[in-house]
Amino acid sequence: MGLEQKLGEMGVVTAKLEDLVNWSRSSAMWPMLFGLACCAIEMMAAQAANYDMSRFGMELMRPSPRQSDLMIVAGRVSRKMAPVVRRLYDQMPDPKWVIAMGDCASCGGVFNNYAVVQGVDEIVPVDVYVAGCPPRPEALIHGVITLHEKVKREKMKDWA
Amino acid sequence: MSQIENVSLDEIKHLVSNRAIEGETMLLNMGPQHPSTHGVLRLLLELDGETIVNAIPDIGFLHTGIEKNMEAKTFQKAEVMTDRMDYLNTVGNNFSYCLAVEKLVGLDVPERAQYLRVILAELQRLASHMVWLGTSALDLAAMSNYMYTFREREIILGILEMVSGQRMMTTYIRPGGVWRDVPAEFEGAVRDLLKILPKRIDEYETLLTKNPLFIDRTAGIGKVSPEDAMSWGLSGASLRGSGVNYDLRKFAPYSSYDHFEFDVPLQTDGDVRARYLVRMAEMRQSIRIIYQALDKLPSGPIRSNNHKFVPPLRSEIGTSMEALIHHFKLWTEGFTAPKGSVYVGVESPRGELGCFLESDGGTKPYRVHFRTPSFDNLQVLPVLAKGSLVADVVAIIGSVDIVLGDIDR
Repeated sequence: MGLEQKLGEMGVVTAKLEDLVNWSRSSAMWPMLFGLACCAIEMMAAQAANYDMSRFGMELMRPSPRQSDLMIVAGRVSRKMAPVVRRLYDQMPDPKWVIAMGDCASCGGVFNNYAVVQGVDEIVPVDVYVAGCPPRPEALIHGVITLHEKVKREKMKDWA
Repeated sequence: MSQIENVSLDEIKHLVSNRAIEGETMLLNMGPQHPSTHGVLRLLLELDGETIVNAIPDIGFLHTGIEKNMEAKTFQKAEVMTDRMDYLNTVGNNFSYCLAVEKLVGLDVPERAQYLRVILAELQRLASHMVWLGTSALDLAAMSNYMYTFREREIILGILEMVSGQRMMTTYIRPGGVWRDVPAEFEGAVRDLLKILPKRIDEYETLLTKNPLFIDRTAGIGKVSPEDAMSWGLSGASLRGSGVNYDLRKFAPYSSYDHFEFDVPLQTDGDVRARYLVRMAEMRQSIRIIYQALDKLPSGPIRSNNHKFVPPLRSEIGTSMEALIHHFKLWTEGFTAPKGSVYVGVESPRGELGCFLESDGGTKPYRVHFRTPSFDNLQVLPVLAKGSLVADVVAIIGSVDIVLGDIDR
């Protein structure tokens, strides 16, 4: 209806495979439903009506790591939790991305002590860091859009 | 980095029954990554078919060392750590800590500051109950409530941001008063919120209270008798749902709570539904308190003028040499508190939140300990869950309203 009339007789669309794959990966990225601390509440707020992450194809949070592409580490990671976070990351199928949400996940935040891992990048590779304690939902959404842009720039030769 | 080790049955023999060792009952691990444990709680469930024989909570996945960290900071600077304990009740955490500091050094708080504290604590209670309602209903597959409650919670967070500059970690309540006076538009914003809120709470209740599916999932589930509730040290709505009339705002009033008229909602069933009804009624009482506090809000100073403990106003620093010296001293070495220990309890949305503070006469607390309500409320979980079905555990965890940051600290 809409698109065909706008573009005329457009039977075929050509694109690079790289662009198509990256476009589809970034448009339906399923985050894992996995909250740790304070930031998880702001992550929930980002999912709820006011901020509505479904605008970015991300309304579907999967509680199972096997079905998710994106791990949002929302909160401080304690020494006891760290092996669990790593195991969850290992259970996610490729391709997978990680957002470190908040200061604690990024660098330990205000907790420079015996209990907290000083940045989740010590245990999993992080793609995007979102600053704030806790970051506003807008900041998380900005982090997500930044990740989308990063995914769209990925090169086919780098795919494993 | 420690590796996850495979736990053999021998190691947990003291926790589970003989039937589990013999393989008659099944051991099921729930969490720490589970959507309905409200954070990183791990439960070891012992199941006979689908009936729960025992539920053993494993906590500590969010241990942050907050109490230890506070010992390394001066009394004022330690306060920012308290926000991050119970992250749904940040204002209440500051509240209990500041009351403890004030009691330790003997500070008087002006009435305007006391009223502002009450307004913000009650707003925070509303916000906390909204998150609880949204998430615990979500666990029982009632999705709409989550969308509605977070819509209203955003308004409350907007007000908190207006007064403090931060949505969640406000640190607005300070020892001796509050950070700054509220802006002129504060009262209007709160009144606008209060105007719409009763109707919105009706809306939540329409979806749940008489919904037969919700009643099936909640009525008669997770029962606890008043005697059990008291001997397990429950507090808050989990205790009042069993019919025990105990609310610190009423029985040990702090910060001029005795100036306001409000009821303590009670239910006698002691099940998931009773706790739900208590919290819904509490939200309406909070609205009553905020109305009264706004109507009676006195004008005057917003913090104590004892500058040995409380920094002078920003405006005074430019004109008064003495104010500048006080400010400098307070933010470099801090103030010294007399030797001794105090305990202050406040009523948080989850129950009695107590702050124990011990001072050795220095500028830093010697020991800080928080008696957190979620910790005591969680330990009753095995009692509540025994004999119910696996699906009911989700309803029970939701109904005791635990926050893992509050438990592990």
